[in-house]
Amino acid sequence: MNSILNRNLTVEQVRADFPILDILVNGKPLTYLDNGASSQKPLSVIESQTRFYEEQNANIHRGVHYLSQLSTRLYDEARYKTQVFLNAEHEHEVIFTAGCTAGINLVAQTWGRANLGPGDEILLSTMEHHSNIIPWQLIAQEKGAVVRPIPISDDGEIDLDAYRSLLSDRTKLVGIVHVSNSLGTINPVQEMVALAHQVGAKVLVDGAQAGPHLRINVQALDADFYVLSCHKMFAPTGVGVLYGKQELLKAMPPYQGGGDMIYTVSFDGSTFAELPHKFEAGTPNIAGVIGLGAAIDYIAELGRRESGETVAPLSRLLDVGMGWISDVEADLTTYGMQLLGNIEGLKLSGTAKHKAGVLSFTLDCAHPHDIGTILDHHGIAIRAGHHCCMPLMKRMGVPATARASLAFYNTREELDRLASAVLAVKEMFG
Amino acid sequence: MSFDLRELYQEVILDHNKRPRNRGKIENPTGQAEGHNPLCGDNVTVYIHTSDGKVESISFEGNGCAISTASASMMTEAVKGKTLKEAENVFREFQQMVTATGEVEEHPDLGDLEVLAGVREYPVRIKCATLPWHTLHAAMQGDQNKVSTE
Repeated sequence: MNSILNRNLTVEQVRADFPILDILVNGKPLTYLDNGASSQKPLSVIESQTRFYEEQNANIHRGVHYLSQLSTRLYDEARYKTQVFLNAEHEHEVIFTAGCTAGINLVAQTWGRANLGPGDEILLSTMEHHSNIIPWQLIAQEKGAVVRPIPISDDGEIDLDAYRSLLSDRTKLVGIVHVSNSLGTINPVQEMVALAHQVGAKVLVDGAQAGPHLRINVQALDADFYVLSCHKMFAPTGVGVLYGKQELLKAMPPYQGGGDMIYTVSFDGSTFAELPHKFEAGTPNIAGVIGLGAAIDYIAELGRRESGETVAPLSRLLDVGMGWISDVEADLTTYGMQLLGNIEGLKLSGTAKHKAGVLSFTLDCAHPHDIGTILDHHGIAIRAGHHCCMPLMKRMGVPATARASLAFYNTREELDRLASAVLAVKEMFG
Repeated sequence: MSFDLRELYQEVILDHNKRPRNRGKIENPTGQAEGHNPLCGDNVTVYIHTSDGKVESISFEGNGCAISTASASMMTEAVKGKTLKEAENVFREFQQMVTATGEVEEHPDLGDLEVLAGVREYPVRIKCATLPWHTLHAAMQGDQNKVSTE
């Protein structure tokens, strides 16, 4: 079953870490191929939540008592782990949010409000998720700025020549998805950031689908802002990360006002806390953030099991862990693309050279929703629809697609099940 | 409990999906409306021509799954030639059938449309079946506004 040879860590071993993978759906073993929507959680993350509420629960940054100090320490440790996960220069460049959407809205409403004016341009790729389109449209409308789409090729790759010609001194911000949720395309972010910086524009990278698949290095990318959606990377729901370069975050006005984000408060005027607290008003999702810490630990644990190194820095273990994940998924993606590509009447959307584990497809005889319902009867979970990418669907000339999105705990056998269920759809509708 | 897929995708439904009746745009519609399901991106436009309080002709265009296409196709057959009041009643009965819980009632006016009763077992798919009907409802009221399932 395990297709990666010469590896210490096998897929069978990691599957045992995910309790939900053992359930039956419609009497069939669950085949979970909807990881792009939300990943499953390893037992260690699930247990971190129970442990928190059974043994560690208290508000953070408030009390002098034992529990408050403990929860504060765990919360702060998660920030350090996230810093290493992103390879950020400073820990205080990591802001905890409710998700990618919250992070992008924060940047649009603070940095955008302070820096955008009439005639300024925001360039967004055609393959952006609605969450990296709407916040910019809202602020652009308010400020008289203009949102322009960066075109893509039929294979689902950024048209870099068109991007270059769109860039000008009017460009203030470029929004680019690191890994497309609908197509799997891994975009040339580093190159795009460098080009944007030549005209003085800032770049926000949507890392929602990169977090679970790639070793991210925000310094190497030179990204100005980078957002994560942590429930897609094995952590609980309701947690996100906004990374921003220190000098940008410092200059930005606060977003939401409230407790924990202030330095002094009086009715004559208030002063605000330093980073990262300035952007974390109110009691945050403490359990969720600690769960994110556990999810990052889990990836490091994969690195430890693969490398056999018992004493190694977190960054080294994440290198090995994410490297193992990328290799397993690359093998699965190639296998799945071939398998589905051989089915007559099936069209794959997203055939970029560099792509992560997303298999988006349409059938000439059946609508994606019908495919989704029939696959569910086979115990197979996929997503059907426009994937919150309506401009992209229009560009690809389809109203919707069926999407199987992979994680490292998926197997070739599961992809075989997917392919034979697709054949069953064809039989019914053909 | 596993529900039999064939209960949902009955032959009649597959047939209407493959060969939709009254698809396209009729000439000189007296009413039309556009329906959209923002969750899945499905859209349908219903055109009707009424005279003397009767649906003389009806057609639909759009993009959707087998359930919504078959529902639209059968709907056009079910209401063609009916008075607006009768059409309204079929709409209510259909609505009742696909959203009913518990005992299944008789639906004498629905005819072939009864095959769509199976969507009850698929809560997220009910909107696929009802979108064309809500759109028809809007078209009959001369409502040019867009209809949404949300």
